[in-house]
Amino acid sequence: MLLSVEGVSLAFGGVKALNDVSFDVRSHEVRAIIGPNGAGKSSMLNVLNGVYHPQQGKIRFRDHEFRDMDSHEAAALGIARTFQNIALFKGMTVLDNVMTGRNLKMRCNFLEQAIWLGRAKKEELAHRRAVEEIIDFLEIQHIRKTPVGRLPYGLQKRVELARALAAEPILLLLDEPMAGMNLEEKQDMCRFVLDVNDHFGTTLVLIEHDMGVVMDISDRVVVLDYGRKIADGTPDQVRNDQKVIDAYLGVAHA
Amino acid sequence: MLYREAGQFRSTYAEDQQIFPIRQDRIAMALLLLVAFVAVPLFGDQYWLSAIITPFLIFALATLGLNILTGYAGQLSLGTAAFMGIGAFMAYNAMLRIPHMPIVGAFIVGGLCAAAVGVVFGLPSLRIKGFYLAVATLACQFFVLWALNRVGWFSNYSSSGVITAQRMDVFGYPVDTPATKYLLTLAVVALMALAAKNLMRSETGRAFMAIRDMDVAASVIGIPMMKTKLLAFAISSFYCGVAGALYAFSYLGTVEPEAFVLDLSFRVLFMMIIGGAGSILGSFLGAGFITLFPIFLNLASKRLENALGMEIPHALISNTEAIIFGALIIFFLIVEPYGLARLWQITKEKLRLWPFPH
Amino acid sequence: MTFFIEVVAGGLLAGVMYALVALGFVLIYKASGVFNFAQGSMVFFAALTFVSLLERGWNLWLALAVTLAAMVVLGMLTERIVLRPLINQPPITLFMATIGLTFVLEGLSQLLWGSQPHGLELGIPDVPIEWLSEKANINISQFDLFAALVAGVLVAVLALLFQKTRIGRALRAVADDHQAALAVGIPLQHIWTIVWAVAGFVALVAGVMWGVRNGVQYALTFTALKALPVLILGGFESIAGAIIGGLIIGASEKVAEVYLGPYVGGGIESWFAYVVALLFLLVRPEGLFGEKHIDRV
Repeated sequence: MLLSVEGVSLAFGGVKALNDVSFDVRSHEVRAIIGPNGAGKSSMLNVLNGVYHPQQGKIRFRDHEFRDMDSHEAAALGIARTFQNIALFKGMTVLDNVMTGRNLKMRCNFLEQAIWLGRAKKEELAHRRAVEEIIDFLEIQHIRKTPVGRLPYGLQKRVELARALAAEPILLLLDEPMAGMNLEEKQDMCRFVLDVNDHFGTTLVLIEHDMGVVMDISDRVVVLDYGRKIADGTPDQVRNDQKVIDAYLGVAHA
Repeated sequence: MLYREAGQFRSTYAEDQQIFPIRQDRIAMALLLLVAFVAVPLFGDQYWLSAIITPFLIFALATLGLNILTGYAGQLSLGTAAFMGIGAFMAYNAMLRIPHMPIVGAFIVGGLCAAAVGVVFGLPSLRIKGFYLAVATLACQFFVLWALNRVGWFSNYSSSGVITAQRMDVFGYPVDTPATKYLLTLAVVALMALAAKNLMRSETGRAFMAIRDMDVAASVIGIPMMKTKLLAFAISSFYCGVAGALYAFSYLGTVEPEAFVLDLSFRVLFMMIIGGAGSILGSFLGAGFITLFPIFLNLASKRLENALGMEIPHALISNTEAIIFGALIIFFLIVEPYGLARLWQITKEKLRLWPFPH
Repeated sequence: MTFFIEVVAGGLLAGVMYALVALGFVLIYKASGVFNFAQGSMVFFAALTFVSLLERGWNLWLALAVTLAAMVVLGMLTERIVLRPLINQPPITLFMATIGLTFVLEGLSQLLWGSQPHGLELGIPDVPIEWLSEKANINISQFDLFAALVAGVLVAVLALLFQKTRIGRALRAVADDHQAALAVGIPLQHIWTIVWAVAGFVALVAGVMWGVRNGVQYALTFTALKALPVLILGGFESIAGAIIGGLIIGASEKVAEVYLGPYVGGGIESWFAYVVALLFLLVRPEGLFGEKHIDRV
C-alpha cells in the first residue's frame, strides 16, 4: 500500500467538493479517478499533493501521515503532478522547464552557482545529463530550446510530463493528460504513460475522461460523483456497476 | 557571412551551457573586454570617463539588481534608489568607523546592509503580489529616505546630511583619477555581471523565473517560495547597494540622501524596461540608452540654439526629456516588451543569415 | 482634548482629499482593470491647467469647462495610444505603461504652463467656522468642509452610476475580462473613453481642492501618490472603500505626525501612510471592502 486516503472531506465556503472519500493506491499500479465534471476529481488530486488542505480526514503516504501538508513538502516526499490547464513556465525553454523539475536534487547554494566553476558546473552538467535522458524518452529533443509558450498544446503536455518525471517521483498524479488531444497524440501519450509505469516503476494516479483510455491502461478505478465515491474496483467491475452507469457512463441506445 | 555558425558543433553539454556558445561571440566579447580594460583608460577622454562611462557602468549594475528582482523573479520593486542609498551611506560608515577597511570591503558591507533591508521589506512579498507589492516597496523607499535624513548616525551627524566619500585605494595604489576610478568600477561591475549571469543560468535563476511565471506550479515542484523570494530580494538589494556605494565613491564624491529619491527608482525601472526585463545584456543596453540620451538631447538643443540664434531654457530640455522617456516606455511596452535586448537578439539572428535572405 | 479633536478633524478632512484622488483610481480600475499610476499626474495636470487659465484672466466657469474638455481629450488620447494597443496584456505591463504616462503628463504640464507654484482661490475662505470655534473652541476650516461636501456628492453620483445603470454593468464586465467583454459586444473603446474622461473630471475636482489647500505645485504629485495606501486600505474596487480608506489614512497620519513626530524628529508624514498600508496588506490583502480572489488551480 503506497497511498491511502481516509475519510477526506473538503469544502470551499459552502460548497462541498469532497465528502468523506476513502480509497487506496498500491505500489506500481495505475489508478484512475473518473466521474462527471464537478465531481471533485481535480480537488482530490490537489489534496493529494498539498495544494488544498482538507477539513477532515487524512492521507497516508508511505510512512507519512498528513492533512495539512504544503505542496513543496509533497514534492520532497516524492509526489509529482501535471495540471489540467498546463502549468508550465511560459517564459522559459523546454530544457529549462524540465530542469526545474530537478530542483529538489540540486545541492549547491547560490554562492557556488555564482562562481559556477567547480561544484556548481559539475552538478548542473550531471543534472543536464539526467534531464536529456527524459527528453529522449519522451521524444522532445527537437524542441528543447524552444520557449514553451510557442509550442502546440499536445507538446506542452508532454513537456509538463517530462518536468514531472525529472523529479524521479514515487507517485505521479496526472490531471487529464490526454485532454484536448487527437487520436494519434492520445496513443502516444498512452504509450508514454505506460512506459513510465513499466520502465521507472512509478505509481500513477490519473484523472481521465476518455473511457477507452481508462479501461485500457488502468489497473483499478475510483469513481467520484458530487464529491462522493460511488465505485471502486477493476475497470470491468466499474464498467458494469449500475451506479456508475447512471451517474456517468450512460447506456448505448440502439 | 561573418556570423556563420557552420562547422561549430557542440558535442558536450559543457559546450552547450557556455555563456557564449558561438565562437564569433566569444571573440567579440574578448575584444570588448580588451578595449574596456586597456584601451579606454589609456586613450579615453577624461570627461567622458568620469561623467558618462563610469555612471553608465554604475547604473548598469543597479539595473542588473532590479532586473534580478523584477525581470527574473517577477517581484515589482520601486525601492531601488533606497537600496542604493543604503549601500552608499553604509559603505561610507564602514570606511569611517572600521579601521583598515579596504574599499572593496566597504562596498561589500554596503551591499550586505542593503541586502538585509531588502529581505525585511521583501517579507510582504510572501503574501502580496503585483502592484500591491509595488506599494509596499514604496513604503521602503520613503522610509529609508526619511531615516537617512533624520538619523544623524548615517551622515556622521553632519548638519546637512551630506557625506563626502573617503579616498579609495586598492592594495596601496590610490584610486583618484577618472581612469583609475573607471577601472575599479569596471572591474566590480564586470565581476558582478558575470556572477549574475552564472546565477541566472543555474537553478537559482530557474527558480526565480518559475516564481515569476507561475508560483503555484513552482511550489508544486518543490521550489521553496519564501526562501526563493527572499533570496531574490537579498541578491537584488546587494547589487543595488554596491551600485549605490560606487555611485558615491566613484562618481559623485559627495552625496546626500536627496540623491536617492523615488525619481531615481523610476529611472532605473525605465532602464530595465527599455533594455529588456529578464536579460543581463538588457541591463547594460538600457542603462547605456538612458545615460546617453540626455547628453544627446543636450547636444541637439545646443545645435538648435546655434541655428535659431536663441537660448533654449533648461526647463524645456528637462521636461522634453521626461516626455520622451515616458513615451518611449509606452512605445517599448507596446512594440517590444522585451526591450532592446530582444531587438539585439533579432538582429543577431538576421546576421546569421546575412547576406542571404533565408 | 479639543486639540485632539482638531487634529483628528483636520486629518479626516485631509483624508477626504486623498479619497478624491483615490476615487479616480477606483473608477479606472473598476472599469478597465488598469491600475492607473498616472492618476496623480492627471490631478496635477488638471489643477495646473485650471489655475493657469484663471491667472490669464479667464472666467472661472469657462476655465473649468475648458479644463474639463482637456481632460476628456486626454482620456481619449490615452485610450487610443496607450490602452488600445495593450489590450489583454498582463496587468503589470499596463501598470508600467501608466508609469510612462506619468512622466509624459508631468513633463507636458510643466512644459505648457511652467513650473512655478501657483496659489488658487475659489471664493471660499480657509478660515475656521465661526460658531464652532466660538461655541466649542474647535477650529475647522470652512473650505475643508466644503471639500468634504463636494466629495460626498461626487461619491454618491458615482456609486449610483456603477450600481444602477447599464453603463455601470458594462464597466464592471470590462474590468473583469477585456476579451470576454468584447466577445459579448460591449464597445470597449467607447467605454474606456468615457471612464477615463470621468476619471479626468474627478482628477480635476481633486486638483482644484488640493490646489486651494496646498497651492498648485509639483509636490502635488507626491500627495497624489498617497492615494495608493488609501486604495490598499479601502480595496481597489470600492468607491466606499476609497472614502473610508482616505479618512483612516488622513486621520492616522495627522495624529501620528502630531503625537509621535516630535519623538523621532518629525517628517513621519512622508512614509507613515505607506507603512500603515503595508501592515494592512499583511493582515488583509484585499482591503476592507475589496473582493477576495481565489485562484483556481
